Amino acid sequence: MSAYNSLTYNASLCVGCTECMKACALAKTGDATNLDQSRIKIVPAQEPEKFEAAICRQCGDAKCVMNCPSGALTKNGANGVIDWNADTCVNCLLCTVGCVYGGITYEASVGHVAKCDTCGGDPACVKVCKSGALGYVTTASIYNDYGDKEDMFVPGLAACQGCNSELMIRHVMRKLGRNVVVAAPPGCIPGMGTVGYNGKAGAKIPIFHPLLTNTASMLSGIKRTFERQGRDVTALALAGDGGTSDVGFQSLSGAAERGERILFICFDNEGYMNTGMQASGATSFGSWTSTTPVGDKLHGKSTDAKNLPMVMMMHNAAYVATASSVFMEDFYQKLDKAVEASKHGFAYLHLYAPCPSGWRFPAGLTIDICRLMVESNFVTLWDYTPGGGLEFTHPVDTPKPLDSYLKAIGKYRHLANEQVDRIKKLLEDRLSMLKRFQKA
Amino acid sequence: MQSCTHLIVGASHAGLTALSAIRMNEPDAAIVMATREDHLPYSPTVLPYVVSGRSDPAKVTLRSESFFDENKVSYLRKATLLALDTGANTAHFPDGRSIRYEKLLLATGASPNIPPIPGLKDVPFHVLRTMDDALGLKKAMVKGKRALVLGAGLIGTHAAENMAEAGMKVTIVEARGQVLPGYFDHQASGIIETAFKAHGIELVFGRAVKEIKSGQALLENGDAIPFDLLLVATGVRPDLSYLQGSGVKSDGGILVDELQRTNISNVWAAGDCARARLFQSEATGIAGILPIAVEQGRIVGQAMTDDAGVRNFPGSVSLNTYTFFGQQAISVGAGEAPESETSLCVDEDRNTYLKIVIKDGRLMGAAAVNQALDPGILWQLVLRRTDLSEVREAFLADPKTISRMLMSRIWR
Ligand SMILES: Cc1cc2nc3c(=O)[nH]c(=O)nc-3n(C[C@H](O)[C@H](O)[C@H](O)COP(=O)(O)OP(=O)(O)OC[C@H]3O[C@@H](n4cnc5c(N)ncnc54)[C@H](O)[C@@H]3O)c2cc1C
Ligand code: SF4
Repeated sequence: MSAYNSLTYNASLCVGCTECMKACALAKTGDATNLDQSRIKIVPAQEPEKFEAAICRQCGDAKCVMNCPSGALTKNGANGVIDWNADTCVNCLLCTVGCVYGGITYEASVGHVAKCDTCGGDPACVKVCKSGALGYVTTASIYNDYGDKEDMFVPGLAACQGCNSELMIRHVMRKLGRNVVVAAPPGCIPGMGTVGYNGKAGAKIPIFHPLLTNTASMLSGIKRTFERQGRDVTALALAGDGGTSDVGFQSLSGAAERGERILFICFDNEGYMNTGMQASGATSFGSWTSTTPVGDKLHGKSTDAKNLPMVMMMHNAAYVATASSVFMEDFYQKLDKAVEASKHGFAYLHLYAPCPSGWRFPAGLTIDICRLMVESNFVTLWDYTPGGGLEFTHPVDTPKPLDSYLKAIGKYRHLANEQVDRIKKLLEDRLSMLKRFQKA
Repeated sequence: MQSCTHLIVGASHAGLTALSAIRMNEPDAAIVMATREDHLPYSPTVLPYVVSGRSDPAKVTLRSESFFDENKVSYLRKATLLALDTGANTAHFPDGRSIRYEKLLLATGASPNIPPIPGLKDVPFHVLRTMDDALGLKKAMVKGKRALVLGAGLIGTHAAENMAEAGMKVTIVEARGQVLPGYFDHQASGIIETAFKAHGIELVFGRAVKEIKSGQALLENGDAIPFDLLLVATGVRPDLSYLQGSGVKSDGGILVDELQRTNISNVWAAGDCARARLFQSEATGIAGILPIAVEQGRIVGQAMTDDAGVRNFPGSVSLNTYTFFGQQAISVGAGEAPESETSLCVDEDRNTYLKIVIKDGRLMGAAAVNQALDPGILWQLVLRRTDLSEVREAFLADPKTISRMLMSRIWR
């Protein structure tokens, strides 16, 4: 089974220009003026200047298909589109009864039912939409590309429900494959059993458990040994933010300085979560943790988080990037670049990894939190090379309110207005600082 | 004896939709689908188009042979369910074949209802429910000969059009006063009747046939209508002879609860053979339409696999799309309701008709001729009892656009 690309519509961005309808009518009939022929229908909303849309959703379990008595409608297994066959359609209109979205409709001027076919994967409507309301999401191709690849970790790792780190280490290793040696310093990642448990292996690849302090130096040594043997093996660290920013920092800094050919990935869940949610240097200002409690005197963490990716940018690294699991295409591109860079220098990837247990949000919301985090500009996605400078890979020009992010997470529940203001100021400062590194 | 987890009897919309839902939840369960036909699955609804020649019988199959292979479903042809032993969970078929099931779905549809008209059983006549019926009728249509159709429901009107297009001289007799009673009012069916008359079809309303005798039908008023070909299309009724002695309760149709389960806990029924709740009345009934067979089929498939997402059947809503001589008619829900307000918009020049029935700000029904609407959206508005009071005027003026807007904001 494959996943499919899909057309998306964001009503809040639509300006009702109907350019999409003209483009569709033109593409389907050669006549841009006959808007009845458009497969996408933009209609005015109840509120002035707002719009809504009716369009085929290419449903997975499509009722139009089930309702068709002539077999004229079929779900295309290869691209997910509901195909309509003019030759066998008998124009009974029963599909229009089945569809609750107005996605397949009859217009007298056409003389038969008509529906969106995504223009063979290159929708004409999306290309002309200037407001950004229409999109064509191709993330599904990632599932198709990687879904069948071997998972390098055993099933049943004992991570918390909704753990973003577990999800992402599996993604990383599916992509990197077997030609890798992994260092997993103390933290959630070995804690969940990746380095083995009860005398059993937790991974199908060589993985070892260094001390918190010596991850980068052990990995450097291993990499050099492989090089001496003439073997091209990726040396990879899967570390937490504590093992990266605090206890592990000295060896990390040294390895970066020396340009060791390793790839260091930090899974930033803002604290020492598997030992009881203590604060780390990466814990954000105001966060509740077990060592920065909330009471009469203390109101969560009183210092700002150090921004590790920025620190690493100043460290002679060959490649530095930040990433999030909601933008997987972006993440995979960065992973590719990082692996490539680690062949000749030090590569650092910083992955924002919200933690439902330690941050206190429902386990089902991890991905939503990841998205909000980026879309409220709480974190920014970018990458950096010494020659090329910094590039924002998912700039957010009209961010969601910061409050919507902070309110969604229990560890910020106590925040006073002044604390929120300080976070806002900090984020603004960070963003303008990052912009100074932007490539011209 | 063959045994399986799910036995589905009937290979049409209700059975096939249930099959998909079952496979979605249980990729490996043993499934048998039995049909009395010797064909791959097809829809009775497509038969008028087979009769007219529009559809190639070989191309109207709803599933291919390979579909059953790929989905590991054993598809049994010529397997007419004869009897059920619900105590032993066993279904009996011809040639001594029996199948033991864990769960059973009865989706055997309906059969033509043959009225007790004296003389009818002594003459050859046609019905239209199976592929063989359609092929037989197609062959029997001879240009210039006279055809008589009993009943002006969906099947009768479709077949009458087919026969007129094939050059026959067609008469329809309908005891009630119009075509498609129950779906359209007099005014809307008037538009349809005009088209029929324009194509040389004679319509005889309000009179029942008293007797069939030597090539003619005698009406109550003494009129005689001669015919060369007789088609009986006076409604349908499920043939449930296989239920005898099974303990499964029926009353014209198999009685089911809100998840389509019969009184026997591992037996379900869906589609034209099931008597289920109605949405706009306290009564139960057989919907007899394809979209409801699909709806019930999906619920059954989920219920048979203990799908946590299964939702109660909300009840049948009357739904109909009807195309005739290149024109279209649509009806959704009730054509009238006590204490409701009706908006009617008829344009004789453009030959269009639009009626909307609203009660307490909620849509009760809509009917349209030659006017594009999205019946699927209107059906949802009825089921959701969406409050239209804020958009009432706009809705009455342009139901297509406003219902799309409501869809996009409410259940997008
Ligand atoms: C000519 C015609 C036109 C129609 N037009 C429309 C229309 O325009 N719109 C609409 O909504 N509906 C229409 N209908 C009705 C629609 O076709 C039915 O509502 C729908 O097919 C019901 O599906 P079902 O699966 O319940 O039963 P059916 O489609 O009747 O299928 C029943 C299945 O059970 C099998 N079967 C029956 N008895 C047994 C047995 N004892 N043992 C084993 N197998 C058995 C049959 O072979 C068949 O496979 C039309 C029907 C006809 C005949
Ligand atoms: S109008 Fe055509 S595509 Fe739609 S249900 Fe009827 S036959 Fe199928």
